[in-house]
Amino acid sequence: MHIELFITCYNDTLFPDTGKAVVAVLERLGHSVGFRAAQTCCGQMHYNTGYPREAAGMMRHFLRVFDQAETVCVPSGSCVAMIREHFPKMAEDSGDHGVRRAVEELLPRVWEFSELLVDKLGVTDTGARFAHSVTLHTTCHSLRGLKIGDRPVRLLERVRGLRYIPLAAADQCCGFGGTFAIKNPEVSTAMLGDKMGSVLETGAEVLTAVDNSCLMHIGGGLSRQHAPVRCLHLAEILAAQEGEGEGGQ
Amino acid sequence: MSVHVGQAAEAPAFPVAARKLLGNAQLRRNVRHATDVIRAKRAKVVAEAPDWQELRDSARHLKDHVLANLDRYLEQFERRCTSAGGKVHWARDADEANRIVVEILLEHQAKEIIKVKTMTSDEVRLNPALEAAAITPYETDLADLIVQLGHDQPSHIVVPALHRNKAEIRRLFMEEMNLTELGETAEDLAAAARAYLREKFLRVKVGFSGANFAIAESGSVCVVESEGNGRMCVSLPELLITLVGVEKIIPTFDDLEVFLQLLARSATGERMNPYNSIWTGVAEGDGPREFHVVLLDNGRSGVLADSESRETLDCIRCGACLNACPVYRQTGGHAYGSIYAGPIGAILTPQLQSLEHSQSLPYASSLCGACLEVCPVEINIPEILIHLRSRLVEQGYAPLTERIGMKAAAVAFADGSNLETAQTLARIGQAPLVRDGMIRKLPGMLGGWTASRDLKAIPGESFRDWWSKRPVVDEHAKEHV
Repeated sequence: MHIELFITCYNDTLFPDTGKAVVAVLERLGHSVGFRAAQTCCGQMHYNTGYPREAAGMMRHFLRVFDQAETVCVPSGSCVAMIREHFPKMAEDSGDHGVRRAVEELLPRVWEFSELLVDKLGVTDTGARFAHSVTLHTTCHSLRGLKIGDRPVRLLERVRGLRYIPLAAADQCCGFGGTFAIKNPEVSTAMLGDKMGSVLETGAEVLTAVDNSCLMHIGGGLSRQHAPVRCLHLAEILAAQEGEGEGGQ
Repeated sequence: MSVHVGQAAEAPAFPVAARKLLGNAQLRRNVRHATDVIRAKRAKVVAEAPDWQELRDSARHLKDHVLANLDRYLEQFERRCTSAGGKVHWARDADEANRIVVEILLEHQAKEIIKVKTMTSDEVRLNPALEAAAITPYETDLADLIVQLGHDQPSHIVVPALHRNKAEIRRLFMEEMNLTELGETAEDLAAAARAYLREKFLRVKVGFSGANFAIAESGSVCVVESEGNGRMCVSLPELLITLVGVEKIIPTFDDLEVFLQLLARSATGERMNPYNSIWTGVAEGDGPREFHVVLLDNGRSGVLADSESRETLDCIRCGACLNACPVYRQTGGHAYGSIYAGPIGAILTPQLQSLEHSQSLPYASSLCGACLEVCPVEINIPEILIHLRSRLVEQGYAPLTERIGMKAAAVAFADGSNLETAQTLARIGQAPLVRDGMIRKLPGMLGGWTASRDLKAIPGESFRDWWSKRPVVDEHAKEHV
């Protein structure tokens, strides 16, 4: 199958290793991956902060870039939630019939990374080996927006050598929330404190998630405390193989 | 018109109030404990209702139908209530509501009234208006009594004294009720409140209530509660006045079947409220001899006019969104500066009063979606928060640095080549701040992040850089480069 990668703006800029890992996993499973260099951003930051006009411009750009793409893989739960939850309404508001149709046609072809593996490709064993203890942060947008359920856990459980440790209070937000972390830094930090407490309680060496944005937040807090927990996107664990496992940031 | 929601217009901005409350460890423990308990109870009784989703759908449908026909249902309510012997008044705003109530009380030469939990009266600030007219209001709902005795503000829609624990309440009761001895158990505290209130129930001749529902077809009013104090307030006095927000109308008595199930399970985690009082006008020889209903707008018709956010008025005030909200659970309700706290408060207060007076509330959320998940009428609170943010931006209230930043980002995101340039510039710009791949201190507004968190620095090579150096094996990619 040919799969187009929407890397997302912040993964492109801050987390290139996640993109490389997605490519590695999909190619290892026998698929070809494309990257359309004109791609930029889904518009989430603008939309959520109250700039829908700018976000609509990004949506139109996204529709142009991924026109005719059969399958689009996105290693970010919140960007997929943005596309699924908000593009239809933004298209409606645009009053442009072409945009509405383009969104309608695009939505069923956009997959979050773990959804793509489990639902579309029917894979839970990605052939990975990662001999570490791992806990999973269930990100809000993947949990409530995408209803991602146990897909990431099913993928982790098939990784050789990996010891999965569930996270307590997994449904609680880590306090990132995009500009929330800047506009309400103290409340955000208090929420982060609870989340870091749960993570450290597991004793896991690695914290993973399907969203690097949350991991950047939790990882930033852990780094400040010099806590010995590594944050790795799920794709980077699934890309790891015998003798590796140090995939990283 | 003077629309106000309690004293929310004068309240400090959310981040400022929140910062202060976060320093109160006892309050945070109280809030955490109470919300944990209610959440667990709610989860249990919701899970046992096999038709929960159908109930939510029905409620939502009913509420939306009422809002689309609100004028008709309100007039029907007025006709039926009047023909049952009630008197219906219409109040455009808080001041008008207070004037109507005070006039009725002065006509009856009332010096005291007993009140059962009515948030709407806190919204219009009835108590100060009464006191100005030399009328003493006694709150009779236990939690409201605690708030009143403590000269405090409610911090939760359903459990107004949720921020207080038993020891604090015991101290308060001993001081305010002049008790020399008082036990420490919940039963002891309830007994003290009972003794204090019973005397008022038997003496005071005027009752005042809010309403959970007003039934159009019969002109009836419904109040649900857990203590029975409300039942006393609406049945013992000679004169009863009820203040009702216009959105509380439901079409028929049968519709209570849906709402009473949803409300009790969502609010207190009970299958049914212990006391469900429903009355219609006045009845000879039974209950109050005179009954007034004040129908309150106070900004609600303005909310109704905005199709993007009118579902805010679907709210049945169960408080489930507060208990579920990770922001509320850190700060408690006072941070919201309004009697309507938590996620629903963050969308209701700014819409009722002018947006300019509650600029910080639409941002008091990480948009995690926990509120929508538990809402019994499925109000899309995150979406409405975003809508209110866009209205604030439109009206020019967003900080200049944010507007410039968003404009710049929009240019960067206009095309892949722009983004590549922006990445290069950002890499150069961050250079003086980076140590060991991390940024530990950022200037200006962004400093909020680095006060407690490191920020991962932008690495030397972006994904697109890496990809562009890959041998091209993919025909699809070539076409789109």
